Amino acid sequence: MSEIAVKIENVSKEYRLGAIGGTTLRDDLQRLKAKLLKKEDPTLRIGAKSGTLNERFLALDDISFEVHKGEAIGIIGHNGAGKSTLLKLLSRVTAPTKGTISFNGRIASMLEVGTGFHPELTGRENVYMNGAILGMSKDEITEKFDEIVKFAEMEKFIDTPVKRYSSGMYVKLAFSVAAHLDSEIMIMDEVLAVGDVNFQQKCLQKMRKVAKEEGRTILYVSHNMTTIKNLCDRCVVLKKGKIIFDGDVDEAISIYSNDFNLTSKKEYDFSQGKRIDGITNEYILQKGYLEKNTINLKEKLNFTLDINACRSDKDFLLRYVVFNSTGNTIGTAYSKFFDLKEGDNSIKFTFDTKKLVSGKYMVDLILCQYKNESQVRHDIVIKAMAFDIEESEIYYNMKWNSNGWGSIKFDDIIVGEEKNG
Amino acid sequence: MNEKFTTIIQPKNGWFELNLKELLNYKDLIILFVKRNFTAQYKQTILGPAWAIIQPLITTVIFTLVFGNIAGLAPSGVPTFLFYLSANIIWQYFSGCLTQTSSTFTANAAILGKVYFPRLVMPVSSVISQLIPFAIQLVFFIIFWVYYLVVPSGVEPNWYILLFPLIILQLAMLGLGFGVIISACTTKYRDLAMAVGFGTQLWMYATPIAYDISMIPEKYLALYMLNPVTPAVMAMRYAFLGTGYFDLKYYLISWIVTIVVLFIGVVLFSRIEKTFADTV
Repeated sequence: MSEIAVKIENVSKEYRLGAIGGTTLRDDLQRLKAKLLKKEDPTLRIGAKSGTLNERFLALDDISFEVHKGEAIGIIGHNGAGKSTLLKLLSRVTAPTKGTISFNGRIASMLEVGTGFHPELTGRENVYMNGAILGMSKDEITEKFDEIVKFAEMEKFIDTPVKRYSSGMYVKLAFSVAAHLDSEIMIMDEVLAVGDVNFQQKCLQKMRKVAKEEGRTILYVSHNMTTIKNLCDRCVVLKKGKIIFDGDVDEAISIYSNDFNLTSKKEYDFSQGKRIDGITNEYILQKGYLEKNTINLKEKLNFTLDINACRSDKDFLLRYVVFNSTGNTIGTAYSKFFDLKEGDNSIKFTFDTKKLVSGKYMVDLILCQYKNESQVRHDIVIKAMAFDIEESEIYYNMKWNSNGWGSIKFDDIIVGEEKNG
Repeated sequence: MNEKFTTIIQPKNGWFELNLKELLNYKDLIILFVKRNFTAQYKQTILGPAWAIIQPLITTVIFTLVFGNIAGLAPSGVPTFLFYLSANIIWQYFSGCLTQTSSTFTANAAILGKVYFPRLVMPVSSVISQLIPFAIQLVFFIIFWVYYLVVPSGVEPNWYILLFPLIILQLAMLGLGFGVIISACTTKYRDLAMAVGFGTQLWMYATPIAYDISMIPEKYLALYMLNPVTPAVMAMRYAFLGTGYFDLKYYLISWIVTIVVLFIGVVLFSRIEKTFADTV
C-alpha cells in the first residue's frame, strides 16, 4: 500500500446555532459577571436553560479516513452534509473542534475560483498573486507562467485587468494556476461547475494526469456525478456530518443519489415510509418482513406484508416495482388477487427473482384493488423494502457487468426457429 | 508504515505558537500584497501617488494656521510649518499602520475564508505598504527641511538623526502590535472597529503632534510619557529640528512598551487566526 498523504483522525467540527459570533462585549461581560457571582446568565433567553442558548451543531461528527498518495478521492453528500466544512478544515481555513488532521506536503485548495484575484490587477499580476497565495514562490510561477497562460487559453487577455474578464475567463485562469502548482495535495470544491464543456473536459484530463502521472493527491467535492465518476477512484459519502460510505465510486454514487439507506434488512416499518398523494387510506400497508434479505440466484424472495383493512373485500393485488441501486426502474410485477378481511391481515408473497442479476434492489409497494373494471390505489410506499442478490454466477467465464448490461438476464436465446404459439 | 507528516492540524494553537519560518517562506506573497495594495490604491485616480502628499500637506497647513498661528501652541525658534510637518508624517505612518492592520480580518474575510497562508502575512504587508506613501512624504519633508537649513531659520539637526530608522521601526511595531490586537478582538466584537478611527484621532491629541511638549505640566509628564508614541515623535523633532529634548529614560521605556504590545498582539493573533473564519 502506498504512502499516506492525508490522515484524518476523529475530526469533529462544531458550530453554534443561532447568532454565530453575534455577542457583544457587553453580553460577554455580563455573562462573566454572572458566572463569577454564580448567578443565572442574564443574557439567556427567558426559560432557556444555561448552556442551551446556542444550540450546538456538529457539521462534522467524528470523521476518520486516510487518503493515499496519488489517489483521487471524491467527496459527495447532500447540502449540509459537511463536505465544505471538511475541505475548509483540510485547507486550514478553520481549525477542527476535535481531532487531528495530518498531511504530507503542500495543499493547494480551490474552495472558490479566483481566490485573491484583485479586480484592478491584470491577469498577469493576478497569476503571480494567486500563485503566491497558494504557496508558490515567484521563481516557480515565472517558470510555469507560459504553461499556465497557455492552458487557460488566455494569451490575448493576460495584460487586461481581471475586472474586465468574463466569469469563464476568470475560472479558466484561476484553475490553471492551481493545476500547475507543485502541491502534493489538491483540494477542489466544485470549481469545474463553471466554464464550458470543452474546458471542463480539459481540466478533468489535466487532473487525471496530475493524479496518475505525477502522483499527486486530489480531493474533489462535487454534485456532478459524471465528473466524480470520471475523475475519482474512491469516494466518500457524507451524511449529516458522518461518513456513511467509503469505497467504490459507483456504489457511493448510488448511495448518494438515493439518499436511501440501502442496507437491506428483514423488517420494515411502513408507518414512516414515503407515500404519494391520491391514496384511499382505507387499506394501509403497515409492516413488511423478508424471510431472507440476502438471497442467492436460485432462491426466491419470500416476504410477508401486514395490511390493515377497514372492511373485508376481495380482488386486491400488489404492484411491485423494482429498482436497481442507482434508483432506475428495472421492472414491475403484479401479484395474483388476494382477499383482505376487516382488521389486521398478514399476507405471504413470493417474488421470483430468477431474471435479476446480483446486486442491490429496492421496491415500491402499491396496494391496489381491481374494482368495477378499474384499479383503485389504496396505499403506496416508495422504496419500501430492499434486498440483495448475492454474487452472480459467472457466465461463460465472464462476470455480469451490470453497469453496462443492466440488471436483467433474459432467458437464453434459442438457436434456430421456434414456432409462435 | 512510515508515518511522518509535514503538517499536523490540531484544534488549538499553543499560547505562543508563532511560525516565523513559515512567514519567511511566504515573503514573495508579502511583496505581492504590498504591490497590490499600492497599485490597487492609485489605479483609476488622476493624481495617483500625489495623494500621499496632499493629505499631510493640508493637515500641516491647517495645523500651522490653527494650532500654530491662532492658538500659538508651536514653539518659537523653529519654522512652524516644519514643526508640524515632521510630526504629521510620522503620525500619519503610525495611524496608517494601526488602522490598516486593525481591519485585517474583517476586510479580508473573503480571501482568508477560502485559502490558507500564514495570517500574519496580511498585517505585515499592510505595515510595509504604508512605507511607500511615507517615503513619498519623507522626500517632501526633506525638501522643506533642506530649504530651511539653507535659509537660516533656527533648524539645528544633530546626530540623533541616526536614530531615524529606529523611530520608524518602533512606530511600525507599535502600529502592528495595536493593530493586530484590535483585529483579533474585532472578529468577535465589532464595537472596536467603530472606535478605531475615533480612537486614533483622540490618541493624536494625547501625543505632542499639534502642540509642543513644553505645554505639558511637569507633574503629569511621567504619565504622559507612557504613551509610547510620544518619545518617538519627540526624538524625530529633536533630531531633525533641534527643538524639544531627547530623554533616554523615556525613550527606552517606550521601546519596552512597544515590544510588550507587539508580543501581546502576536500572541492574541495566533490564538484567533485558526478559528476566526467561524466568528468573523
